[in-house]
This record gives sequence, C-alpha cells and structure tokens, in this order.
Amino acid sequence: MITRQRLAVGACALLAALTAGIALPAGAFAGEPTGDDAPKVDLVLDVSGSMRARDIDGQTRMAAAKQAFNEVLDATPEEVQLGIRTLGANYPGDDRKTGCKDTEQLYPVGPLDRTEAKTAVATLSPTGWTPIGPALLKAADDLEGGEGSRRIVLISDGEDTCAPLDPCEVAREIAAKGIGLTIDTLGLVPNIKMRQQLSCIAEATGGTYTSVEHTEELTDKVNQLVDRAADPVVTPVAVDGADACAQAPTLKSGLYTDREEFGQHRWYRVDVAPGSELRASVSVAADRRVNPDYGVLLRAVTASGREIVRGESTGTGRTDVMSAGLRYPKAESEDGDKDSGDGSAAEVVCLQVANSFSAASGVKTTPGLPLELTVDVVDGPDTSSDVASFGLGRGWWLLGALVLTGFLAGVLWGWISRWRIAVWRTN
Amino acid sequence: MRITRVLSAARVLSTARAGSAARVVGAALLMLGVAVSPAAADSSPSASPSDEDSAPTSAGTSFRTATEVDQGRRATANASTGDYLYWSFPADAGQRPTVNATVKLPDAHASATWQIDVYDGLRRRQACQYGAQTRTAAEDAASVNLSCTLRTVRAWSEPWANDPLPGTYYIRLTTVGLKSADLGLPVSAEVKVDSKDVGGAAAVDGSLAEPLVPGVAVAAKESDEDSDTSVAALSSIEPDDGWASGWWSDRWVWTAMGGVLAALAGVGGYSLTRGWPTRPTRVPPGA
Repeated sequence: MITRQRLAVGACALLAALTAGIALPAGAFAGEPTGDDAPKVDLVLDVSGSMRARDIDGQTRMAAAKQAFNEVLDATPEEVQLGIRTLGANYPGDDRKTGCKDTEQLYPVGPLDRTEAKTAVATLSPTGWTPIGPALLKAADDLEGGEGSRRIVLISDGEDTCAPLDPCEVAREIAAKGIGLTIDTLGLVPNIKMRQQLSCIAEATGGTYTSVEHTEELTDKVNQLVDRAADPVVTPVAVDGADACAQAPTLKSGLYTDREEFGQHRWYRVDVAPGSELRASVSVAADRRVNPDYGVLLRAVTASGREIVRGESTGTGRTDVMSAGLRYPKAESEDGDKDSGDGSAAEVVCLQVANSFSAASGVKTTPGLPLELTVDVVDGPDTSSDVASFGLGRGWWLLGALVLTGFLAGVLWGWISRWRIAVWRTN
Repeated sequence: MRITRVLSAARVLSTARAGSAARVVGAALLMLGVAVSPAAADSSPSASPSDEDSAPTSAGTSFRTATEVDQGRRATANASTGDYLYWSFPADAGQRPTVNATVKLPDAHASATWQIDVYDGLRRRQACQYGAQTRTAAEDAASVNLSCTLRTVRAWSEPWANDPLPGTYYIRLTTVGLKSADLGLPVSAEVKVDSKDVGGAAAVDGSLAEPLVPGVAVAAKESDEDSDTSVAALSSIEPDDGWASGWWSDRWVWTAMGGVLAALAGVGGYSLTRGWPTRPTRVPPGA
C-alpha cells in the first residue's frame, strides 16, 4: 500500500516536472507534505570516548556509525526533515558537570542537504561523556513545532553516565508532553545494564529497542526507522478526561489521547442520536514496568448512571498495551418525529475508562499511562428478527422436510378431491 | 387390484426419482452456487490490489501504525526481539480466518515464548478456536510457527457479545517470555492470513451499517468533503471485492430448491391418489 502510494507520488511529481518543463526545486513537489505536516526525525548519536572501541566488523564503533549515517542520509525520503544531534562530542575533560551538558545540534532538523549533513558527520571523533537524558530533552526541543510525526533515533554504546537524571524518566516526561513523539533506541554491542536502560527509554515512548553488532544491521535499522517516520499516520487529538461524567469533555468521532494514572478513572461524553451506533475502543499502554496481571475496563453509562454495555479485557505477562472496546446501537426513536429534533434527541452516553495496572516496585507512577481512545458514531445496524439470514433455511433436512410436507399435502388434497367427486356422484 | 399395482409402481418410480432428484438438486445447487455467489459478492467495485505483487515488508508497532496486509498475501518484517509487531487484515462475513506466523530466530538465543494475538476492529481480543497461539522455542530452534483460527465472522451480533464481525482485524506478534540477554536481537517474521469460506451455514439475519473499521466515521466524513486529498486513515483496508452487502447467502438457493421440490412432491402425491386416469387423454393422438 505504502509503496504504491510513494510510487504514485513519485509518478505525480515526475509528471508535474515534465509538464512544467522545468526542474522544480526539491521539496516543492505537489502531493508531498511540506512545512507543518512534514515528519521530523532527529538522529541522536553517542560520540563518547567508548565509541573508539574496535569491535564492529573489525572497525571502530564510530566508523561503523559514520558509514551507516552516510548510507541513511542517501536513502532518506524527500519528505522527511532530518536532523542530527550528538552527545559527548566536545568535552574531553573529567568534570562531570560540564561533561553532562555536552550535547550539540550537529545538523538542524529541516529539509535535508545530504552533502552538508555528511560533511558534518565526517568531522566527528569520539570524545566525552554519555549524557543521554539531557540530549533527549534537547532533541525533543529540536523537533518542536509542526503537525507531523516526530521520532528520535538514539544510537548509543553505553549507559547514561549522568545520574541521577534517569533518561528513562526523561523519555516518559517527553512522551507525556508532546504528542506523537517516539524514541527508538539502538545499542551498539550492548551489555545488560545498557540494554535495560535503552529498552526502558523505548518502552516509555512506544518505540523499539534493537541490539546492533554489525554495520549492516545499524544501517538497515536506522533506514527502517526513518522510513517508518515517513509513513502517514493519524495524529491523535489530546483530550483531558474528567473524574465524573458531568464534567467530562464531549467527543465526536475521532482518535484521542489522554493520560490515566494507576487506579484512576477517566470519563468522556459522546452524543448518540437515535438510529446510530456508538463504537468506542480504548487502549491503555504499559509504558513502564508494571506488575504482571492487569486489565482495562471501558463502560458506556447513561447520564443517570445506568450501565448500557461494557468492554473489558484482562491479561497477564509481558505486554505493550491492553485494550477493550464496545458498541452501542441506539434504537430509532419511537415517536417517529426524527426530523424535528436533530441534535436535541441525541442521548448523552458517558464513557468510563478504568485500568487495573499496578506499578512494579520502584517505578514512578506519574505521569499517567498513555491512553488512546477511538470514537466512531456510525449509522445503526439492521436489527435482527431471526437467527438465520432472512429466516431462510439450508441443508438436506430442510429439503427432506419440505418434500415430505409437499408430498403429504398433495396426497391429502388428492384424497379430498376424490372424496368430493365420490360425494358429488352419489348425489 | 389396479390401485395397489399403480401404487407399487409409483413407489418404485418415486424412490428412483428421489435418488436421482437428490443428485440433480445437488448438481443444480452447485451450479447455482458457483454461478451466483461471485456475482453477488461483487457488490462494490474492487480496487484491484491484486495487480501489484508487492507484499508488505515491514510491520507496525501499535494498533495505530499497523501495516495493512490483504488476505492470502505473505507479509514479512525484520524486527528486534521484544518488539510488538502489528499487522491488520480485513475479514468479511462468512469467512473463518486463520493467521499463520513464522518467526525466524537469531542464531544464538535462549528459549523464548512467542505469541500471536488477534484483535477485532474494536480492539477486542478474539479467541482462537484452535492453533498454536503460543509456543516456546527451544534454545536450538531456528524458527517457531504459530497459528490461530478465529471463529467464523458473522454479519451481525448482539452488542453485548464479542462475536467476530466484518471489519479490520489486528494481529499482534511478540515474545511474551524472554531472557533479557535476547532483548533487541534481530529476528524476522512472516505472517499470512487465509480464510475458509463457511458460506450460508454462518449466515445470520441483520447486518452492520458499516464494517467494524476504526475511523470509518471520520473517513466517511472526509471523503464527503474532499475526495482529492488522501489523508492518513486509521484503517483503510477492505477486501478485494469490497465488503459484502449481507443479503446474499446460499440459503436462498436451498430454500428455493426446497420449495420447488415440495411443489413437485405435492403434485406427485396428488396424482398418486388420483391414479393416472387423465393421462392418456393428454397424449397427442399421433403419439
């Protein structure tokens, strides 16, 4: 699908260029998202001293990263605004305080000039500390603005050396702040602690973690992530659910996002007109370490508090998200004056979202878990009056029964007419 | 006696007829079914995605970003151990989808448990009737095969039930139990959805106004406003030949055939009691 779209976009662009008869500047092609909608990617590269280690395909980690970056810069789709940020690139000293501020925007997020970006990457040499947390904060600032999807790709070869600022909590704060910001992490030749830290960062933002041992893996993965950023996705609308139905925000059809703390309830309202059907589904993501048994409950309740229908799901073990859904077809109004009141007759349905996640020991409970709510109000279904399709039957038993009935009816009719003729003759 | 003789003759005749009638009916049903069902299923114009042979080579990481894959097409993805991989596929009424997944594991790995979960368009988890939904791969295993056969998709169900309904289905493939040393190791996954057409046996009365496709209300509104711009949709997938309208099932053929047979049997029964007195008069004089 996506490939086809891109091909189509490419074909359109080519056609446009041909018909115009001039070479249009890159980025001005019709059909490409420009300006506000452009997906933004910030590559955050660890340039700390440990990148000197020579253990990826016989070359240093730094050389592998540079090679990968060159190939990624060549393959970056036109519509993606790419930036590069380094951490630990400049300060070689031992002062922790200074070392932990060492993060720099190497190439600003914007339309990509491949040559310029490559030149900038070529200048890098492994130097200092590994301030992952501060770098992520700055990277989030780099990506600010615009409506498109935002993605940070963090490439590191060591865990954060700037405690007590936990990069995992930083990531969670970033995710809670901005909409649609995902952090993917790649660990070069990882050890246990670093693996945990990087996967925690990824988990906190709905991203992925990958271990990298070879240059080719690094190139493929970064390319994949940049391509993923270019895929058009629906951006959810931030909404603030209330603690009770009376204060709840009224939602229309769409995709919404919110935060829900452990044990908290979130309420939303939806107007459902007679003869239409409400469909709602909710996903609560486990963006941190949670205890292994959990559940999500979504209830549709009338304004007076009567439960109409509920969707519930429970689970156990490792998971990213727990979701539940429900649908509520509201019957046509009895009075028949449907056209008189278009909005006034609509029923207010309150949606309550509850979760039974519990935080594992030592895990911060704020901000709340990310919640995604889909609301669709569509036309109501054709209600069923019979189990079978239109009351029709099928199968050999049906045929047998019909044949037998027909035969008996025929025989009976024959006898009756014989008897009637006999009676008529005698009379 | 004349009557008994006729009756016994008729009995022979009717049994012979019943046998051949069953075959004829069966053949007629088959022909009708073959002739009618594709025409009826083709209720909306197809977008002919069968022209392109490109299968998806990546997977989404959430419901929102799930990669769309048509039934019968093999989707592949390269990922890391621990990723949650999402695909979505359309399933229509009367189909019983089976999801097959193969995960190629890295060269060296500890034993890991892999699982596929299938969710419907409302993100409700759907039960697997059978199939190895969860499987633990031994340490030396090169790959692990998973499968899940859903219940038959119905055209309608009570709002309080979670029966499978026509619409988008999501596949989630992930490892549910892993050693932390395996986290992030490269794996490749492959999924394919095939479905068995259960046909009229699963036909029910009633139908949904819109299939259970997330965002269908928003998509309908936007296509009304301007159809030129393509906007990202939560789910834009639909079966090759469009969603079935829901009125057709082979029950029409069965019931109609039953009616015809009943009428024939009625005529037969009637003429039995009447004997064949009028028959010679209907024969043309020259015969």
